[in-house]
Amino acid sequence: MKLSKKTNVGLTVALVAVAAVVITLLDLKIIGSTYVTNIIKLSAIYALVGVSMNLVNGFTGLFSLGQAGFMAIGAYVVAMLTTDPAGRAGIYYVVPINPVLEQIQIPFPVALILGGLVAAGLAYLIGAPILRLKSDYLAIATLGFSEIIRVVLSNNELAPFTNGSLGLKNVPSFSSMWKDLGLPGNGLWLCLGIVALCIAIVVLLINSSYGRAFKAIRENEVAAEAMGINLAHHKQMSFAIGAFFAAIGGGLLAAHLTAIDPNQFKIALTYELLLIVVLGGLGSITGTVLGAFVYTAGKEWLRWCDNPLTIGGVEIPIFRSGLRMVIFSILLMVIVLFYNRGLMGTSEFSWNGIYGTLRRWIGKVTGKIRKEAKQ
Amino acid sequence: MDLTTFFQSCVTSVSIGSAYALIAIGYTMVYGILRLINFAHGDIFMMAGYFTIFAMSNFMLPWYVAIPLVLAMTALLGVVIERIAYKPLRSAPRMSIMISAIGVSFFLENFATYLFTGLPKSFPGIGFLQIPMEWGSVKLQSVSIITPIVTIVLVVALMTLVNKTKIGMAMRAAAKDFETAQLMGIKINRVISFTFAVGSVLAAVGAILYFSPRPMVYPYSGMMPGLKCFVAAVLGGIGSIPGACIGGFIIGAVETFLVAMFPTLSGYSDAFTFVLLILMLLVRPTGLLGEKMTDKV
Amino acid sequence: MRRILALAMSCVLVLGILAGCGNGNSSGEGGSDGEKVIKVGVFECTTGENGGGGQLEVNGIKYANQIKPTVKIGDEEYKVELVISDNKSDKSEAANAASYLVNEGCSIVLGSYGSAVSIAAGSVFKEAEIPAIGCSCTNPQVTLGNDYYFRVCFLDSFQAKVLAYYAIEQGYTKAAVLTQVGDDYSIGLGQFFQEYFVEFGGEIVSSQSFPANNSDYSALLQNVKSSGAQCVFAPSSITAAPVILQQAQSLGLEAVFMGPDTWDNADMINTAEGGAAGCTEGLICSTFFDDSGDDVADFVNGYKEAFETDTVNVVTALGYDAYMAAIQAIEAAGSTDGNAIRDALTGVSFTGVTGPIAFDQNGDVAKDSAVLKTASGGKLVYADTVTVTDVQ
Repeated sequence: MKLSKKTNVGLTVALVAVAAVVITLLDLKIIGSTYVTNIIKLSAIYALVGVSMNLVNGFTGLFSLGQAGFMAIGAYVVAMLTTDPAGRAGIYYVVPINPVLEQIQIPFPVALILGGLVAAGLAYLIGAPILRLKSDYLAIATLGFSEIIRVVLSNNELAPFTNGSLGLKNVPSFSSMWKDLGLPGNGLWLCLGIVALCIAIVVLLINSSYGRAFKAIRENEVAAEAMGINLAHHKQMSFAIGAFFAAIGGGLLAAHLTAIDPNQFKIALTYELLLIVVLGGLGSITGTVLGAFVYTAGKEWLRWCDNPLTIGGVEIPIFRSGLRMVIFSILLMVIVLFYNRGLMGTSEFSWNGIYGTLRRWIGKVTGKIRKEAKQ
Repeated sequence: MDLTTFFQSCVTSVSIGSAYALIAIGYTMVYGILRLINFAHGDIFMMAGYFTIFAMSNFMLPWYVAIPLVLAMTALLGVVIERIAYKPLRSAPRMSIMISAIGVSFFLENFATYLFTGLPKSFPGIGFLQIPMEWGSVKLQSVSIITPIVTIVLVVALMTLVNKTKIGMAMRAAAKDFETAQLMGIKINRVISFTFAVGSVLAAVGAILYFSPRPMVYPYSGMMPGLKCFVAAVLGGIGSIPGACIGGFIIGAVETFLVAMFPTLSGYSDAFTFVLLILMLLVRPTGLLGEKMTDKV
Repeated sequence: MRRILALAMSCVLVLGILAGCGNGNSSGEGGSDGEKVIKVGVFECTTGENGGGGQLEVNGIKYANQIKPTVKIGDEEYKVELVISDNKSDKSEAANAASYLVNEGCSIVLGSYGSAVSIAAGSVFKEAEIPAIGCSCTNPQVTLGNDYYFRVCFLDSFQAKVLAYYAIEQGYTKAAVLTQVGDDYSIGLGQFFQEYFVEFGGEIVSSQSFPANNSDYSALLQNVKSSGAQCVFAPSSITAAPVILQQAQSLGLEAVFMGPDTWDNADMINTAEGGAAGCTEGLICSTFFDDSGDDVADFVNGYKEAFETDTVNVVTALGYDAYMAAIQAIEAAGSTDGNAIRDALTGVSFTGVTGPIAFDQNGDVAKDSAVLKTASGGKLVYADTVTVTDVQ
């Protein structure tokens, strides 16, 4: 049995409304704290990058591990172009800033899109040759590409622009931008709004003819080509769009942290994102979003493991620094081993799904009770 | 670049290259059979470093007792990891097993941090590896000579094992076609365990030879060598043991000579490794000695 | 089975998240047994790439907490509770770790080792109006433009200046510089050293950099050797330094090695000596802290006993001083309020184990001298003290 369309829409509207109220309350600091909003912001940003990675890996079937590099591009474009020009000389204290760059300041949304376009352009260019590679070879090539970006950013040759290894700081934060607009609150809406908008665009894209072509390529390249899909073009498109949104995510990360440096964009970041994507379910957008929140919040939740724990006056010796990450990695392994299709598999969140699961459970329970009653 | 620099660089590149080669073989063997990039291999290498420290510095064992013990421990670690983290996922999508590998790598790094703290531990000196030598104006330690010799001996032994013995034949069969091999009565799990054991032993030998002249072990010390050796394996043609060996030497040589010839570009040496890799993949998508794969329709 | 496990796990996670959100501000008033508690946050990297250094700093803070476990606010005795939050040496984690401390209701924060994470956390503390005292984050950007960040260590530029001055004093005119790409500490020091060395009349004959986790330095060192440098300034982490020193020795490089405060580490020297005896002989490093001085004997011996170790690192001493500065400020402020403590910090003045502690208007410590140590017979010994007036 399925829920009627009306119920479906109703439930969705209700969920969105509840979420909106909660977000507004959080943003106005009526409930929660900066800690909670910070976790939500970071999760949302990871969710966006995860979705971009899912588009390439889960929907197009291209095994790409270059997300960290594209994020770096987005983050750097935003950090270089949106900071207050007055404070820039103090930031570039080792190698003086390029005099042209020093004068330029553009609004955050423009910088965000510019960063995305730069990354997408670069992805499109390198996509032409490297997307010919298959599976793992593509993975290692994109991984290498992302490392190359990081190494170039951290070296001194581009330092008048990127400040080399020293990184950039004083990026306007969400809350300062939000307050500049004269709005109440601390900018949680700004971050979540951009993320939601971007994810919505990806969802629309996946459901368009492009998206169907991507899925066809994932299922079977040869068959897709036989059906008249231009493989090279579509792969490049998917790769470039993925890079675009990864760079937007990077730009948001720069605004969230207000400071960036090249070391943030190591391969470890790509691995984390891949974990998020697979944790949520490769090929499921809602799964990725869920995965990002579970991953980020789970890591924070375990923070108590790092501090000494006393139960009934006895200090338990294993609770010391580092335990948090050990437990976290064990939990991850458990999920991977027992849930190897991820939390959502390839299916999307739907009320029908929840309804179906609930009915099954209730059915089981009532069935048991009935059985017991019979005996 | 003068002649001394040139010869010095040759010695360095051969020495580091052969250590890379040993680690790269582990990647290539596992990939050959399971089609799995074993991201945890670099961390197995790191753990071998810690095992050596424990055996020699904490338990004060002499090197001839410690080294076999370390090799055995590392082999055991490799086999246990395979049993716990990879075996249950045999029939799962390929991505899951790779994620499992990343998970294991996370776990080993975090666990090492928890147990040994993030402070680097000093690797014990092994006497016979540290004899200073001089050859004309080129100065070196005995480890620079021993490493390539050990590597060559081990690679020859491994090739014999793979090509001449029964288990080697089983390994080749499993690499060719996993399911058919299983149907032909090959105990596939035993073959895989054996592969992991061999790969881990080589990583342990690599660790001893690598850490001896670079005596700092810390929880992340396996990351960069691991990545580079993986690149080496891909460069040489993943799945091919001689390929991995050649790949290791190439990476070692490129790294050393780039710095020797262009000191101003020294900061880019990691990037250069990857540029080389991407170029190689574009020209020969399966690496130097890799087999050509065809799509099945 | 799987379903049950999954259900259990998701329940645990959801509960945990709720619990995480639930325990809000609880500082200031009332511990479990009616005792008043003030929370001091320790924002440190106890894991991750800088995990080692961070751990040493935490030890210093913990030791200081043992020495001075309570603080008098007004007329009441408050127990000082340390809340340790690990930033994993990672910027993305740093913002969360910092806001965790804010959420826990800390009145003041100490740390971190590594400037990058401190910079990222700076804005969180600033927004929450909680002062922070950096222990060993030497990057000028940490305190610049942030009224809430202070530090007890001197800056990269001062350290580099001292070393450049000392090198010239020793009669070296040709220097080589080796820096680590991607490490702001190393790059900053290297750049400042080059500037000052040239300013003082020397010549930089070779300037090279190497990537993090580099496996071989002999090519770089060979270049240094052929450049004819008399001294080599190699600001690097304790993982890289022993390898550099050993390989330099096996190449027969005779130039004198100079290092920053990270090199003031007995373990590092021992490791390097263990692989190649004599390779550290004559190296010079600048530091904040002379552990052989009479006035710090209490601290040094006490710490060694408490932590069952035979070495005291400079970052440990800095952690100790940062804690003591925090306690002084809390007492002076007579309040647990962040702003009051911040205002009080500007007036703090005492002699710590790393020298006189007082903060200038930037929040940087107004230290006027650096200690230089040299390695002799596999041990670091006091060589010289260079003061600000010397280098001007």
